[in-house]
Amino acid sequence: MASTAILSNEQYNFEIVKKFAIMSLVWGVIGMSAGVYIASELAWPFLSFDIPYITFGRLRPVHTTSVIFGFGGSALFATSYYVVQRTCQARLSSDGIASFTFWGWQAIILLSGISYMLGHTQSREYAEMEWPIDIMIEIVWIAYMSLFITTIMRRKQPHIYVANWFFLAFILATALLHTFNNLAVPVSLFSMKSYSLFAGTQDAMTQWWYGHNSVGFFLTAAFLGMMYYFVPKQAGRPIYSYRLSIVHFWALSFLYMWVGAHHLHWTALPDWTSTLAATFSIMLLLPSWGGMINGIMTLSGAWDKLRTDPVMRFLIVALSFYGMSTFEGPLMALKDVNALSHYTDWTVGHVHSGALGWVAMVTFGSMYHMIPKLWDTKMWSQKLVGIHFWFATIGVLLYITAMWISGITQGLMWRAFDQYGNLQYSFVESVAAMHPFYAMRAIGGMFFLSGMLMMFFNVVMTVRQAKRESAALEAKLSAKMSKAGLAGA
Amino acid sequence: MEWLSWFASPENTKPLALVVLFVTFVLIVFFVYGDKKRSDRLESYKHMPFMDDEPESKEDKK
Repeated sequence: MASTAILSNEQYNFEIVKKFAIMSLVWGVIGMSAGVYIASELAWPFLSFDIPYITFGRLRPVHTTSVIFGFGGSALFATSYYVVQRTCQARLSSDGIASFTFWGWQAIILLSGISYMLGHTQSREYAEMEWPIDIMIEIVWIAYMSLFITTIMRRKQPHIYVANWFFLAFILATALLHTFNNLAVPVSLFSMKSYSLFAGTQDAMTQWWYGHNSVGFFLTAAFLGMMYYFVPKQAGRPIYSYRLSIVHFWALSFLYMWVGAHHLHWTALPDWTSTLAATFSIMLLLPSWGGMINGIMTLSGAWDKLRTDPVMRFLIVALSFYGMSTFEGPLMALKDVNALSHYTDWTVGHVHSGALGWVAMVTFGSMYHMIPKLWDTKMWSQKLVGIHFWFATIGVLLYITAMWISGITQGLMWRAFDQYGNLQYSFVESVAAMHPFYAMRAIGGMFFLSGMLMMFFNVVMTVRQAKRESAALEAKLSAKMSKAGLAGA
Repeated sequence: MEWLSWFASPENTKPLALVVLFVTFVLIVFFVYGDKKRSDRLESYKHMPFMDDEPESKEDKK
């Protein structure tokens, strides 16, 4: 096998995939720890200890940036480089640019985290980085795009596999979204502070055009690319319908771009914009569920794998959460439902059913498939993979259940009137009512983080095991060679 | 250039956009499902992830 590994390493650049895979787990641990800490701060506020650097407001973007761009982003770099090479049967077009994207991306996440804790933010959700970091992102992203496209151009296969279409859409859309959402004027060349080029409602629309399409292209389309490769590979059978995947791709890519304004129902936005966004959100249910069914039906005839293979369980549960959250999303985009759900914890629960249930679960499944192949070994403990699955599942369920109850309670309390037409509850009463659910959410997060730590430990042990195996194999080979040499002499 | 003002009215452009986009969608669906030979060709691409499978594992080599 060593020879196969050496051949693979020559044929493909797997070193860069390994680096991104490991850093994905590192950022997962950091980002989820920050998440658990801020969730605990909401339940037990003394935890901020009056230290400005670790208050909720500063740590929250550290959490979101680390998990979305650090954990999710690094996982996407890793899997997209892996998938594009294997399905095009071509090595990445430039090792140097690949390495540049790695170091550049890691520097961006690190600098972002430090800058948030120091209080620098442009206050745009999921794009809090100030202008110097935005420019770094632009440069790294263009390098990534050029590397991905030129690798596809070197392909030995005439057809481009559908997973790469999803990765391409993600790369292209993210470039557009990042550029236009971050158009800003710095106060001075040596100041971190900048002001957006947009104002008022236009600014809000730009932000949510970016915000929702980040969900659509970064957290959905890209991870669907992951799904279209790793679900068939792990199941050992091709995707249920390739034609459905094509319709899925075009419908999803087209519909997502229109729905951002559903984040701004009942605001100063023109009513027709709101209605348009709600309509497209409902239509989006069709491609989303088409893709979900396509993924799940891949297991058709091999459902027994779910009993025996924890990696398959991760992938199929991820698809189930994808189906659930893409049903919940359009529901919440309806103006009347949104009147109840908006500004409440229901939104937070919805985001996490997608982020933990779909994005993180499909990443875990893909990583558990890919990491043993990269290091040419088996997972150190398959049992620990199974335990991780249950910790992650219990964690997500606790989290989203807590946020559903909390969010709907908030919404109902805020709109309740007494017999005289006055508000029945003060805001602080609704905050007090949330306390048990905030504690429950923090516990759910702790379960999920514990699973992440198990995975990190398991992967570290797997890499060490692979190194031991390689050393033993090399020793065996050289002993054989020297024996043959002696016999020849 | 009088005809351009027709496009400035949302009452005109919205149904027009609907027709254009719906027709595009129908054409994509027709392209994907409309022809048996093309369907077979498209479905054959689903095997691409399996085309460069590792022939053996480290365990086999030992």
